[in-house]
Amino acid sequence: MTVPENDDLLRVENLKMYFPVRGGVLRKRVGYVHAVDGVSLTVGRGETLGLVGESGCGKTTVGRCILRLYQPTQGRVIFDGTDLLEADSKTLRTARRQLQMIFQDPFESLNSRHTVGDIVAEPFIIHRVGRPADRMRSVAGLLERVGLAADAASRFPHEFSGGQRQRIGIARAIALNPKLVVCDEPVSALDVSIQSQILNLLLALQKDLGLSYLFIAHDLAVVKHVSDRIAVMYLGRIVEYAASGELYRQPLHPYTQALIAAIPDPDPEKKKMSQPMLSGDVPSPINPPPGCHFHPRCPYACRRCREETPALVPFGSSEPGHWVACHFAGRLDGGCVDTPRILSD
Amino acid sequence: MNNGQPILTVDHLVATFDTDAGRVRAVDQVSFSLKAGTILGLVGESGCGKSVTALSIMRLLPRPAGVIESGAIRLNGVDLVQLAPDEMHRIRGRRIGMIFQEPMTALNPVHRIGQQLVEVFDLHRPDLDAVQRYQAAVALLSRVGIPEARARMDEYPHQISGGMRQRVMIAMALAGKPDVLIADEPTTALDVTIQAQILELILDLQKETGMAVLFITHALGVIAQICQEVAVMYAGWIVESAPAAALFKKPLHPYTQGLLASMPRLSSENKSVLPIIRGTVPSLHQLPPGCRFQNRCPHVMDRCGKETPGPVAVDDDHWARCFLLEG
Repeated sequence: MTVPENDDLLRVENLKMYFPVRGGVLRKRVGYVHAVDGVSLTVGRGETLGLVGESGCGKTTVGRCILRLYQPTQGRVIFDGTDLLEADSKTLRTARRQLQMIFQDPFESLNSRHTVGDIVAEPFIIHRVGRPADRMRSVAGLLERVGLAADAASRFPHEFSGGQRQRIGIARAIALNPKLVVCDEPVSALDVSIQSQILNLLLALQKDLGLSYLFIAHDLAVVKHVSDRIAVMYLGRIVEYAASGELYRQPLHPYTQALIAAIPDPDPEKKKMSQPMLSGDVPSPINPPPGCHFHPRCPYACRRCREETPALVPFGSSEPGHWVACHFAGRLDGGCVDTPRILSD
Repeated sequence: MNNGQPILTVDHLVATFDTDAGRVRAVDQVSFSLKAGTILGLVGESGCGKSVTALSIMRLLPRPAGVIESGAIRLNGVDLVQLAPDEMHRIRGRRIGMIFQEPMTALNPVHRIGQQLVEVFDLHRPDLDAVQRYQAAVALLSRVGIPEARARMDEYPHQISGGMRQRVMIAMALAGKPDVLIADEPTTALDVTIQAQILELILDLQKETGMAVLFITHALGVIAQICQEVAVMYAGWIVESAPAAALFKKPLHPYTQGLLASMPRLSSENKSVLPIIRGTVPSLHQLPPGCRFQNRCPHVMDRCGKETPGPVAVDDDHWARCFLLEG
């Protein structure tokens, strides 16, 4: 008997990650970076959840908390029925076989002194899977699966291009047949003509192996292409959460709207530069603004936004599963109770 | 300034680098002209030679490894390649300004922003006295969109955000009122909403000053938004050159076609298989004879491995290096 809600492969509830900021001679704690401030999300089986936002919004920290590479300040991370934050080291070790990660920088994330064969075989060694001879056979199969020649196993990472190195990282991530792969900016360090090769590979692997992805990236066009649902993060919080087509068709949060508008369209006839843009920078997560974190940059912000934090709630009339954290979602054109503020700073 | 007249002409430029594995031609027979009052985009992937082209124009190739082997770079008819170092010194900053991808490495971390900016005025505007230079620096910072410019003058580069640093870089590049601005991936390190702000600023300043801009990027979307003309580079060659509208509407070279098709777009179908360009860019050490794109080209023919394709013009100002166009 399964309750649909609990059938999600991954459920993150009210995750908070505060990093202490230390200062002065005694290295006393002078404050916290609110890197992740109450994030809840789910990833279904075989599904891709895209997590998109600008640098410093906390998207990478969410990924690392899920793998428990960081010990979160608060919250629950339930993976396949196990609460990873409560788990003892033995349970965690078992769970981590099912939970892998692909990193942004294929130059930093591979040990340059190990051969590609050693790198891809390492998960087998760590988790004591198979005998050495079987392992080498598995490695050959994995390399082939990600589109590398079999002789790659005896070579070193520096002999490969960025795209090929990312393939090595992917082979390592899928070695233990994981259920969930956290992909942290997997294509943003790659050239345009290589990006599509890697995206196609990730999509094909998902289909063949039934993988779920948490796909973290700053490029909304890339995220939209690979994701079933998308969560948009801003300064440690999710501001909008919807099926990817729906998010693109009907973005409700002013930040999502701005993010979509800011993507340079590869069509000279659709010039966007004349449209109003988001002013200012992302504020510091050490002292995030009160109320809605987005209000200092929001063209629609009014008094309520400065005082009251909007909750992430389902948006009424739209497709089910469209959530937004904005007091005035759906009625931004003239919905504010006091005069809308035109930004001067 | 006569708009439409070429102000900067690069003519059969060849720039080489000495490496441990031998000499490579990072830029090979590159020709283009930048017209006054326009923005020309130079687009290509890492290692295609676009930055080396920019550094050649500035005569800033890292020596002794990098040299301009042949070709001419004419700024209003004067060949920069032939200039003595002190003559070139007077061109840089005053006639040609340059901004880079990562402003943090271009700014001096131990000097205040104001000090660095005033220094540029010291160099290029000896007619102003110290107070005027300071005022000019503050005015310029405000012009590039830095709030509370006077207070920012006393800050250090690490105290401001990446977008603000890029604005400071732009101010420094424009202090000498150059005729040409070379922008080498100025928005690549920035977030997309900040990128939009910086692109808007560059467009505004270009209109206001009438300068010509050589805009180097790997992002076709950025090119489409701000450039009038585009040159596409691949493995040291310009493979296609066209007005921006024509390039995006009717790309001629298989590489350009492949690049445009392989980009994920917001409007593309979810989770669909993207068209790809197979393989990888050949190493400059092991370039094949003939066309440099042949190992990745879906239309490759016998001829591509034997002869070098020259530019074939299809329209006014629209040409590509491909045998397919010879019809």
